[in-house]
Amino acid sequence: MDTPDLTEASVAALVAAGVAAFEAAATTAELKAARIAHLGDKAPLILANRAIGSLPGPERKDAGQRVGAARAELNKVCEERHQLLADAELHERLLAERVDVTEPDSYFPTVGEPHPITALMDELADVFVAMGWEIAEGPELEAEWMNFDALNMGPNHPARATSDTLFIDPIENHLVLRTHTSPVQIRAMLSCDYTGRRRELPIYVVCPGTTFRADEFDATHVPAFHQLEGLVVDKGITLGHLKGTLDHLAAVMFGEGVRTRIRPSYFPFTEPSAELDLECFVCHGASVGNPDAPCRTCNSEGWIEWGGCGVVNPRVLAAGGVDTEIYSGFAFGMGVERTLMFRNGAADMRDMVEGDIRFSQALVGGAR
Amino acid sequence: MRAPITWIREYAHLDADVDSSKLYEALIRAGLEVETVEKFGPEISGPVVVGRVLSVVPEPQKNGKTIYWCRVDCGEEANAAASEPAGPGEPGSRGIVCGAPNVAPGANVVVSLPGAVLAGGFQIASRKTYGHVSDGMICAEDELGIGDDHTGIIVLPDADDSGRPLVPGEPALPYLGTSDEVLDIAVTPDIGYCLSIRGLARESAQAFGAPFTDPVSVPVPDASAGGFPVRLDTPACPLFVAVTVSDIDPARPSPRWLRDRLKMCGVRSLGLAIDVTNSVMLEFGQPIHGYDGDLLTDGIIVRQAHPGEKLTTLDDVERVLDETDIVIADGTGPIGLAGVMGGQTTELSPTTTKVVIEAAYFDPVHIARTAKRHKLPSEASKRFERGVDPGAAYAAAHRVADLLVELGGGVKQAGETVAGTVPPMPAQHIDAQLPARILGHPVPDEQVVSILRASGVRVEQSGGELALLPPTWRPDLVDPYDYVEEVGCKIGFDVIAPVVPKAPAGRGRTISQQARKALNWVLPTAGFTEVISFPFCSREEIENLGVPSGDERLDLVRLANPLADTSPELRTTLLPGLFGAVARNLSRSQDVLAIYEQGLVFFGPVGEAPIVSVEHAPAASELAAISAALPRQPRHLACVATENSSLGPSWSRAVRFADLAAHTVGLEFAKRNVEHAPWHPGRCAELSVAGRVIGYAGELHPRVLEVFRLPAHMAAAEIDLDALIAAAPGPGQLPTLSTYPVAKEDVSLIVDADVPQAEVAAALREGAGELLESLALFDVFTGCNIPEGKKSLGFALRFRAHGRTLTDAEAAAARDAAVAVAVERFGAIHRVA
Repeated sequence: MDTPDLTEASVAALVAAGVAAFEAAATTAELKAARIAHLGDKAPLILANRAIGSLPGPERKDAGQRVGAARAELNKVCEERHQLLADAELHERLLAERVDVTEPDSYFPTVGEPHPITALMDELADVFVAMGWEIAEGPELEAEWMNFDALNMGPNHPARATSDTLFIDPIENHLVLRTHTSPVQIRAMLSCDYTGRRRELPIYVVCPGTTFRADEFDATHVPAFHQLEGLVVDKGITLGHLKGTLDHLAAVMFGEGVRTRIRPSYFPFTEPSAELDLECFVCHGASVGNPDAPCRTCNSEGWIEWGGCGVVNPRVLAAGGVDTEIYSGFAFGMGVERTLMFRNGAADMRDMVEGDIRFSQALVGGAR
Repeated sequence: MRAPITWIREYAHLDADVDSSKLYEALIRAGLEVETVEKFGPEISGPVVVGRVLSVVPEPQKNGKTIYWCRVDCGEEANAAASEPAGPGEPGSRGIVCGAPNVAPGANVVVSLPGAVLAGGFQIASRKTYGHVSDGMICAEDELGIGDDHTGIIVLPDADDSGRPLVPGEPALPYLGTSDEVLDIAVTPDIGYCLSIRGLARESAQAFGAPFTDPVSVPVPDASAGGFPVRLDTPACPLFVAVTVSDIDPARPSPRWLRDRLKMCGVRSLGLAIDVTNSVMLEFGQPIHGYDGDLLTDGIIVRQAHPGEKLTTLDDVERVLDETDIVIADGTGPIGLAGVMGGQTTELSPTTTKVVIEAAYFDPVHIARTAKRHKLPSEASKRFERGVDPGAAYAAAHRVADLLVELGGGVKQAGETVAGTVPPMPAQHIDAQLPARILGHPVPDEQVVSILRASGVRVEQSGGELALLPPTWRPDLVDPYDYVEEVGCKIGFDVIAPVVPKAPAGRGRTISQQARKALNWVLPTAGFTEVISFPFCSREEIENLGVPSGDERLDLVRLANPLADTSPELRTTLLPGLFGAVARNLSRSQDVLAIYEQGLVFFGPVGEAPIVSVEHAPAASELAAISAALPRQPRHLACVATENSSLGPSWSRAVRFADLAAHTVGLEFAKRNVEHAPWHPGRCAELSVAGRVIGYAGELHPRVLEVFRLPAHMAAAEIDLDALIAAAPGPGQLPTLSTYPVAKEDVSLIVDADVPQAEVAAALREGAGELLESLALFDVFTGCNIPEGKKSLGFALRFRAHGRTLTDAEAAAARDAAVAVAVERFGAIHRVA
């Protein structure tokens, strides 16, 4: 066996040649070949290493260390180069797997939507649930007594006409499709609503639901529509509490600072009664008397009619079995369709009930 | 109610700075819904004067038009100030260019002088035009805002109503009709007294703290019978005042002020006598009926109508009466439908010279019923329904008589008739602090007293107690809270500070409410879109579903007054409504559909719901009777989906919808194949929980699809949602997880083709024992080497133990135990791969 040439210079030359070869490798395959050439069994450095034993003692130790270091160096460079090339090659391969991320996963819609009316009703009710109120519900086909008499709408009240109210056949059975969600108030007081919950005084409930009128079906009237009604019966309840509640609802639904206004009106079930106006949440009244900046949401009136409200008429409390000497209450109600119309711009009520999916799908994730 | 502001101001002595917008705000605040404020009369400001045309020179222009160069006498001052005054020796005048062919020398015209502003903000100035300096403008109606006429200029009369000649230079405004603003107010049914100028003036005066003069200055005197004989035979008419005016000159016209007032109030002028009665009704709120005194036979009797009695009313309609109608009758029979409309036989006519004036009070409920039954809402019935002030009847009758004397040259007969009396008003006691307590705003006792007194209430104060007697025009003041409202309206709701009331700790949504809300988030993620449909349907629709007789879906509840004869019943299933929505979407070219609805359905029979007392809560038995009368009305959940091969077979999509609903409430449906309308008999899953069938899902029957004209292979599901939610389990148990390795065992079983996989899976599960962690179907295979009438089911079983690694032998034993049950139960053949 030849005496290996393991001088410092020649080992350094071998390392330099190896490093040059590794760095010249453009692919992992080329690198693999270079590795075999410079670190493989037949590589000069490896062959020289095998011959170390033939060197005399002192030289042997030096040469051993030199070769060891050289191999380590080459291994390290090769490793690093491999990492680099492998990363680049992986990246290139992945780029080649590029897809059009705007393609849908199916050629058909795979996500539907809740109806804006139900989504809005849930949203409205949530405001009250957050305040500790509960949701009360009642039957849609209701007894006349619940729908009218108990609400201080006596037998001669004009709404109790077949031109206004849908009656169940035969009329003598005194059953109607409820004309408002107000009978749920009575049921809440009598603790016979449809939630199965026992209600004791005080009562803080909100009643969302479907209501019916004998209205012809057109752009602004539908025979079946939705209301949200609120009822509070507690000690010391005032009109001021009603105002505070409505202001809170307006602020949550339409933005901080949007106020409500109540102005005297007449309903049989409340006394005092009031119309509920919402401050225009678009122009905040800036369009009033300002023809240069008209507001379509409020017709430049600054206020939008939203619903009715008032202090619960003690006659209604009495029919609900509440002691009017101790308790007072307030109630309010608003149309959900109407709220949707001015909040989300729906213009034709027919679109809400014809089941056209374009209407439901127009608001993604509900009424927002 | 349309109310001219000048008329209101006659009785409400408002400060001059109270303009229409202030009045509008104040009345809205007081609870009167003012809908519009309209201008009436000329819209002009600045110098608009009477001018006399002295000369007119027509000057044809190149454009084919002719203009008229006029010299107009506009009064000394204006003539002198003209930019091109008249020549020396000529009469004073201004030169004005006019385009109207009806300008003629000698005519009195309306001249707008420089500085005047006309309708629409049009400003008048001297200007050079057609080679002249036009020193003003001769006006047409439209330019002044009093009409639409632009065919010519206004030509004023030579003299005013009293015969005094018009003088050039004097203001033209008095000759251009009344100038006013008119409030249009929607009056709520509780405040009938505001259907009068008197009532609105009182409210206006109160709103501004201004003095008020009541036009009703004389109370109703004690009964007397000196005038036209009247007999009251019904309690529905407690008071009837009759005053007679004779020798009226039927040729006298209504003066302009009267016609203008009526016009502003939206009432047509129909001759002096009728105009006077209408004007007094508007002013006092007291409907007045005038009878031609020469056509009355014997005395007047107010009584209930006899059933079948006939009356031809003023509108020329013969009406058949019944006992609930109140009539005014004379010797010939009924001559008027009390409080609603007069009869033809005694109608005032252009030849009437003697008028018997009726000012009466009728019971609101009777009038409302009659007006409704005869579909005859009149200005009179509208007022009587809401309650007329009986205390104003006497003064109103005399006001009519006085006007007929003044304007019609008539003679008031010496005697008068007052039959009956003013019904007493209900007294009430309240704690003076009740308004403050209910309104949530401090109102001192003294303020309560002064507000109520200003509203006409008689108040006696003793300590903190108030004894109250409402005025005769306020039938709405009955209960203590009515007085709270009265005080509230007068202080204004806007002054009350908002306070959020503190509710006791709530329990949140019920399980059912949570579930329904969750479904509206979950179901859309499966591609379903919610729709809302009407609950109306017809028996025919239900029958078209192929529902067999005796099915509960035919237990329909019927409406007494359906909106459409084609759907007189209430739905017992949501499917027809969804079919309608599908059809509508298809007609609008939306053909990829998956829709759902949550809604109530109604199953007969219905019972009779008692009308019980409202004085107190119903007794338990009464409530039970009300509940028993109501039909069962559960909430259903249903979907329909059109076929869409890329999403799997449609029947399976409907089943998946139902599964998802059950999953949302923590349940899993047990299913089996059944035949159930309207589903495909081979592709209908019966869905049950806890052994109770609560829904169906699958492909719809092709015949049903054909009848409803729906696309082939459409699928549907319908579930009793209330029942589903009621079956929802309570809080579940969470496992302690084993981290030892799983042992996987797949089995293939050959069974008869009609054996449901679910039952095979159940058998495997039963046999596998406690070591089984999960079981899943991964393959259903027929054909090839599987015998005819059989199928191969592939199940993946995963076994795992707690605290140790399962041996192969243990796993195999568990698998064999599982297979053994399936073999025993279904004769399954275990196919070893």
